[in-house]
Amino acid sequence: MYVAVKGGERAIANAHELLAHQRRGDASVPEIAPEQIEGQLQRSVDRVMTEGSLYDPALAALAIKQAQGDLIEAIFLIRAFRTTVERFGYAVPTETVAMTIVRRVSATFKDLPGGQILGPTFDYTHRLIDFMLAAGVEPAPPAEGQPVADERVVPLTELLDQDGLIEAVPSADTDDEVGDLTRDPLDFPAARDLRLQALARGDEGFLLGLAYSTQRGYGRTHPFVGEIRIGEIDVAFEAEEVGFAVPLGRVMLTECQMINQFAGSATQPPQFTRGYGLVFGQSERKAMSMALIDRALRADELGEERQAPAQDEEFVLAHCDNVQATGFVEHLKLPHYVDFQAELDLVRRMRQEHTVGSSEEAAE
Amino acid sequence: MNTVSGLKATGYNFAYLDEQTKRMIRRAILKAIAIPGYQVPFASREMPMPYGWGTGGVQVTASILGKADVLKVIDQGSDDTTNAVSIRKFFEKTAGVRTTTHTGEATIVQTRHRIPERPLRADQILVYQVPIPEPLRYLEPRETETRKMHGLRDYGLMHVKLYEDIARHGHIATTYAYPVEVAGRYVMDPSPIPKFDNPKMDMSPALQLFGAGREKRIYAVPPYTHVRSLDFEDHPFEVQRFSRPCALCGAEDAYLDEILLDDRGQRMFACSDTDYCEERRASGHTGLQGDAA
Repeated sequence: MYVAVKGGERAIANAHELLAHQRRGDASVPEIAPEQIEGQLQRSVDRVMTEGSLYDPALAALAIKQAQGDLIEAIFLIRAFRTTVERFGYAVPTETVAMTIVRRVSATFKDLPGGQILGPTFDYTHRLIDFMLAAGVEPAPPAEGQPVADERVVPLTELLDQDGLIEAVPSADTDDEVGDLTRDPLDFPAARDLRLQALARGDEGFLLGLAYSTQRGYGRTHPFVGEIRIGEIDVAFEAEEVGFAVPLGRVMLTECQMINQFAGSATQPPQFTRGYGLVFGQSERKAMSMALIDRALRADELGEERQAPAQDEEFVLAHCDNVQATGFVEHLKLPHYVDFQAELDLVRRMRQEHTVGSSEEAAE
Repeated sequence: MNTVSGLKATGYNFAYLDEQTKRMIRRAILKAIAIPGYQVPFASREMPMPYGWGTGGVQVTASILGKADVLKVIDQGSDDTTNAVSIRKFFEKTAGVRTTTHTGEATIVQTRHRIPERPLRADQILVYQVPIPEPLRYLEPRETETRKMHGLRDYGLMHVKLYEDIARHGHIATTYAYPVEVAGRYVMDPSPIPKFDNPKMDMSPALQLFGAGREKRIYAVPPYTHVRSLDFEDHPFEVQRFSRPCALCGAEDAYLDEILLDDRGQRMFACSDTDYCEERRASGHTGLQGDAA
């Protein structure tokens, strides 16, 4: 009888075997290769790399396969791997100005230096299921234009800056050490570097919902998309032994510069302010959400009244990490016999007191 | 990608964490011991098990574990619940240490939600898994505020909460994670152990360490430290009492689990501490359904 409450090592091993079996699916269908995931489910790979905080498309693809396409589970796998990887230094800060652009749009000016480049986008597609895709029809080759590479495309915000219409890029003290969320516990209030780190690895869905709430009046920021740019950029590492920056490789990034209205304060004239988003791979949704929330979280700094959840740093940063969130929500599956027993006892006692109380009342 | 080969268990350091991380955690533990009941922030790592499933306790255990240690892991008092099995296997695999189910044999006991019934000794360490380290969290959600309250020893809110319980129910309606005051200074969350276990914390010869991974906090109760469950003079702290002894071993001093036997309301009460129960039965004690085991 008592055996019934025991979990048992055998049961756990069996459960994991069954999971592996289920992952494989129908054996008559060819097994999916990580290379296929990497090459054909790029947006999933991008999300796993961004929220897993590790740029490694092959590993992300494998994690997605292992997680049966459950992206939060895949992000978790990547994080648990990343934390064991040795850290030997920081890359040279990347300048997104030097990006080899595949897409670049601005919603604030019809045309601007460097031009609007649509690039690959779901925008303006009709969301009709393409049944031809099931048949595996090869797509037509894409049109080719002049490469934009190696041409410094000046960010729109820099153009506005010339007139003082927008706040200057907050200048970072280069001697200041950049905070590291994964190596030091987050302390509130957090500096903007840590805030941006937390948002960059924060859950896309959570940030999207919060960003949306700012548009619906819960901490309005009057935003405009100054610029979204997607492209590849070199990452280099200053190796002390050789005395110069060694290129490590190229990463794909999506950057969003949000421009927001600002009424001005006693010390500052009215001008536009910034919200910033940056993610691995191609995810405008995430970069835009991040930029909206970054700006909303600057309420204190800009002397705005904090009223909405998206302006509340502790609320946002403490709850945006999906690996933490999913762990704690799902831990409710773990046994709670002991605490439940204590509550059971209490409720029984209170019910008893309630019954005695009401019968006494009836007697009166 | 060739990095994948590094994922093999053999490719990891003793007890999973790298030595630098262990050093950082040990520093936090030392600080926690120096300031009993104070929550020390630490740079909690991502562990290969989910947050909320014992990552804090696992990191503390990994940092204090030596090759000669004997480890016991319990969840709800039992060695055989799924998560306890999983954590024990994790340390068997990554540290290769000896494990046991006997409280008396262990040098380190990692626990979730219980303190073993058998009194701990000075050469033992009890490591608690903690979900929410902040005892004031449900009264004040903001960390910036609660840290201030601890700093000023401003625990009025907690006393008001306990008083309101009495006003409403006639008694304090907190049955687990019952707040304690450590060494006359900090109010501390003992983790969600039933308040039945609270008195065991007081003046315990064993070092008690608390790890909260997701919340990135470590705190401690050093050996022989006063731990007082909060109460009022006219409403002294009381532990739960069970109206019957354990059905398997007849223990009257143990915390019991209620086990539903069928769908007609038949139930049985048995020790939640399975090792305690088994040892009692091995030495000849028996309850009403003792042979059912």
